[in-house]
Amino acid sequence: MNNFSYIKANDLPTAFGHVRLGDAAKYIAGGTNLIDLMKYNLTKASSLVDINHLVGNHDIEELPDGGLRLGAFVRNAATAYHPLVEERYPLLSRAILAGASAQIRNMATNGGNLLQRTRCYYFYDANTPCNKREPGSGCSAILGYNRIMAILGTSESCIAVFPSDMCVALAALDAVVNISGEDGERSLAFADFHRLPGDTPELDNNLKPGEIITSIDIPQKGFARNYSYLKLRDRNSYAFALVSVATGLELENGLIKDARIALGGVAHKPWRVKEAEDFLKEKEPSAENFAQAAEIILFGAKVFEYNSFKVELAKRAIVRNCMMALNPESQLPGAQPSA
Amino acid sequence: MLNYQSTYSPVLTKDFDTRPVTININGKPTTLQLMPWVSLLDALREYADLTGTKKGCDHGQCGACTVICDGDRILSCLTLAVMKEGSEITTIEGVAENGQLHPLQKAFIEYDAFQCGYCTPGQICSAIGMLKEGKAKTRADVKELMSGNLCRCGANTNIIDAIMEVKNQDSHE
Ligand SMILES: Cc1cc2nc3c(=O)[nH]c(=O)nc-3n(C[C@H](O)[C@H](O)[C@H](O)COP(=O)(O)OP(=O)(O)OC[C@H]3O[C@@H](n4cnc5c(N)ncnc54)[C@H](O)[C@@H]3O)c2cc1C
Ligand code: SF4
Ligand code: FES
Ligand code: FES
Repeated sequence: MNNFSYIKANDLPTAFGHVRLGDAAKYIAGGTNLIDLMKYNLTKASSLVDINHLVGNHDIEELPDGGLRLGAFVRNAATAYHPLVEERYPLLSRAILAGASAQIRNMATNGGNLLQRTRCYYFYDANTPCNKREPGSGCSAILGYNRIMAILGTSESCIAVFPSDMCVALAALDAVVNISGEDGERSLAFADFHRLPGDTPELDNNLKPGEIITSIDIPQKGFARNYSYLKLRDRNSYAFALVSVATGLELENGLIKDARIALGGVAHKPWRVKEAEDFLKEKEPSAENFAQAAEIILFGAKVFEYNSFKVELAKRAIVRNCMMALNPESQLPGAQPSA
Repeated sequence: MLNYQSTYSPVLTKDFDTRPVTININGKPTTLQLMPWVSLLDALREYADLTGTKKGCDHGQCGACTVICDGDRILSCLTLAVMKEGSEITTIEGVAENGQLHPLQKAFIEYDAFQCGYCTPGQICSAIGMLKEGKAKTRADVKELMSGNLCRCGANTNIIDAIMEVKNQDSHE
């Protein structure tokens, strides 16, 4: 870890000012990703600006239109166990509780979760080329050991996946990210927040330098009756997803009225395919129809030497998760597959 | 108020000054003279001489460094000590009361819930946090909510037995 100075910011202008002034000054929230990366010298900072004490955005509040606003500085655990989240957005609660460990969820903030960096082995190994860590140096994963890498939306410069669980549910729920910067406030639809790698894999998302995520809004529709989050991984807990699926279904008269299916662990951002969701509308909630939707979602998947298993895994996970969404009681703690 | 002098000196550059950081550790307001990059874990072990809290991975992957901060279990290796100014920290050294072992400490002995003991302080602090959270209903829940604490010796089954014993005692009260 390099040496740095530490500043506690109590209001947004102070925070913006410090990050503008300091070369390579960085914000710190829960610290669970930043401190880890700094200990490996993968991220350096001249100063850390502590944004945990900023006024506001420490609560979860109801929005006038029936939605919910999640403050950026609310911890992941507090969000998952919040009565309104449990009642109206159990999909989000499930996804958060499938991630990391209880200790980490007590520390990690909602804003920080959106900004966590990839777990690509080569990104974490400073001795190997990596376009995300050092633009132009090359990608070690494409011809390397790429078992955990992406199968959708990859580019010739990067095939990393975005590791968040919470964000898979937020994508399915059509969340909106509220941002403050020196030039004012703006909001981004969740689908527009994270980026595909393209030829700028060093950029994970569309947050501009110095901007702060202040909150995340989720619209009213929470799919609280028929939802499921399934996370498949090398061990049943405290591991990142190889493939994860968030499903929300709205049923009417035995038919699907609305469907949301988002995948994690397969791309540089949570993956949703509108055509698959449209295909399911007005259809019966059957394994056959979910399997067809899975084909549409995985269409165009591109595999690498060690990760071709993810295509079949993702298809089966989609079907299984959509079936579990019909009976949310069938789910086990930690988003494990039902017995 | 206790004042500890640092015995641990990382390589320093003169641009960065130490600052006094006051943290309430196991009920005692404790002022440590720290560089900003000292983790809470290093502050406890190297500056406050409380070596009960263990460093396993230093990267958030094992849970050995778990302490209780303002009532919540957290990882002290992924926290900067300066960020915890004014907080109440409980470490394994602070869980016994009036010379009596904490019920979880007793249960760990009774159920043979450790071999080398390295993960034990973190396991016990984590279990205290978990029971306080009150989210675990079943043994499967306890296993899931304790998954952030690894045990290389494989004492896990006995660890869960010990925690279940205390959990059941609590619910009978
Ligand atoms: C061992 C381990 C296992 C994990 N497993 C999982 C898992 O299975 N699933 C999962 O989803 N996650 C997992 N995580 C990741 C964890 O969820 C993230 O580290 C956490 O959500 C990051 O939040 P934070 O508040 O700690 O961010 P920090 O580390 O404080 O910040 C991360 C980045 O975001 C910036 N930042 C933070 N907040 C803001 C803001 N409001 N505005 C602008 N910039 C900001 C910081 O400058 C920094 O660059 C794991 C982490 C560890 C260490
Ligand atoms: S996949 Fe992306 S993050 Fe991994 S080595 Fe290639 S460029 Fe780096
Ligand atoms: S030492 Fe902190 S989690 Fe391993
Ligand atoms: S008792 Fe040895 S690591 Fe758990």
